[in-house]
Amino acid sequence: MNINLTLIVQMFVFGLLVFGTMKWIWPHILNAMEERSRKIAQGLAAAEKGEQELTEARGKADAVVREARERANHIIEQAQHRASDLVEQAKGVASSEAARLVAAAQQQIELDTTRARESLRREVAGIAVRAASKLLGREIDARTHADLLDKFTAQI
Amino acid sequence: MAAENAPGATEYILHHQTFLSNKAPHGIVDFSVINYDTVFFSVALAVTFFGLFWWVARKATTGVPGKAQNFVEMIVGFVDTQVRDSFHGSSRLIAPLALTIFCWVFLFNFMDLVPVDLLPWAARGAGFEHLKVVPSTDLNATFALSLTVFILIIFYSLKMKGFIGFLSELTLQPFRAKNVLVQALLVPVNFILESVTFLARPVSLALRLYGNLYAGEMIFLLLAALTLSRGLGGLATVGGWLGLIAQFILGLIWAGFHILIITIQAFIFMVLTIVYLSMAHEHH
Repeated sequence: MNINLTLIVQMFVFGLLVFGTMKWIWPHILNAMEERSRKIAQGLAAAEKGEQELTEARGKADAVVREARERANHIIEQAQHRASDLVEQAKGVASSEAARLVAAAQQQIELDTTRARESLRREVAGIAVRAASKLLGREIDARTHADLLDKFTAQI
Repeated sequence: MAAENAPGATEYILHHQTFLSNKAPHGIVDFSVINYDTVFFSVALAVTFFGLFWWVARKATTGVPGKAQNFVEMIVGFVDTQVRDSFHGSSRLIAPLALTIFCWVFLFNFMDLVPVDLLPWAARGAGFEHLKVVPSTDLNATFALSLTVFILIIFYSLKMKGFIGFLSELTLQPFRAKNVLVQALLVPVNFILESVTFLARPVSLALRLYGNLYAGEMIFLLLAALTLSRGLGGLATVGGWLGLIAQFILGLIWAGFHILIITIQAFIFMVLTIVYLSMAHEHH
């Protein structure tokens, strides 16, 4: 074991190797690594941002859906109101129509009753006149006794 | 113990401890010698590391990474975290330096997990008598790393603090005194203490790595020596079988344990480099 020329050669080789590593290896690999970690950091940030945006959009969508539902409920309520109003209105119309019909019918009945009573009266007067003329044995002159007959008829 | 049941174990281990060099070295320091195997394997491993990382870096995508890019990014991210944790200055050099050290030292150490006799055996087939395949069991390789780091420590200390600042850091601590005369007396003491601390850094860096890997390789060699020179004939005896089984089980356990060691050693070398350079950048 001794120290010899190998030492010098080895130092030379070592120096050369360090120089080469410094020049052609270290910067390239470290750059690649740093570049990649930057890329990863960017990717993570973008993912986080995307997630945040998604949450926001979801919130917005929820709000829109809620509003739409509220509006729909409102519309349904209005429609129900309107429907019941219409029903009420129809009921009113129908009942007044019915009352009108009833009134008209009653009027008609009254009219008919009056008319029937009139004709009945006339018939009864006729019958009475005929009966009286039979009893008297002669013809009662309608003209002569018109006022008497009328008075009589009115009494019936 | 291995030597008892396996004659020739000493030669076997010494043979494995010999480098493939241009000539036998004389003395501790001999700059006319070069270890071809260390240079060959460390360059091959450097090419492996650089080739893989460069291939990935060239077509690195910022989108979904492939398997190779994932693997490379895992290591780069790991090193980057370590650098960011310990180093608070700004430097374009220190992170790539840490990455290079971690990967290269790990690959050095990983060669220890290749079966100890496999590559030397193949080399002998190709005509090379000796071959040491683990560069971090060569002091030259570990000192090359630690001395380069040491030069960088000195360079950055001077650059960030200036010569005066660097010098005052070496002489004005840890002992301080209000009295100028007493302080003047304390300067040499401080200088000796701080110099030892300062100079111990490259030495401890290099020797820690070398020692761990040398010991690890030595264990593998001793385990390999269990069945040394028995050959297939050794299987005729019960002792031979026991040796083989013991070698297999112990080798397996040690290899599993060694995976941790080689990783930890590479990690320690990297972290200490970062810490030392960070200290060189800091003002006191």
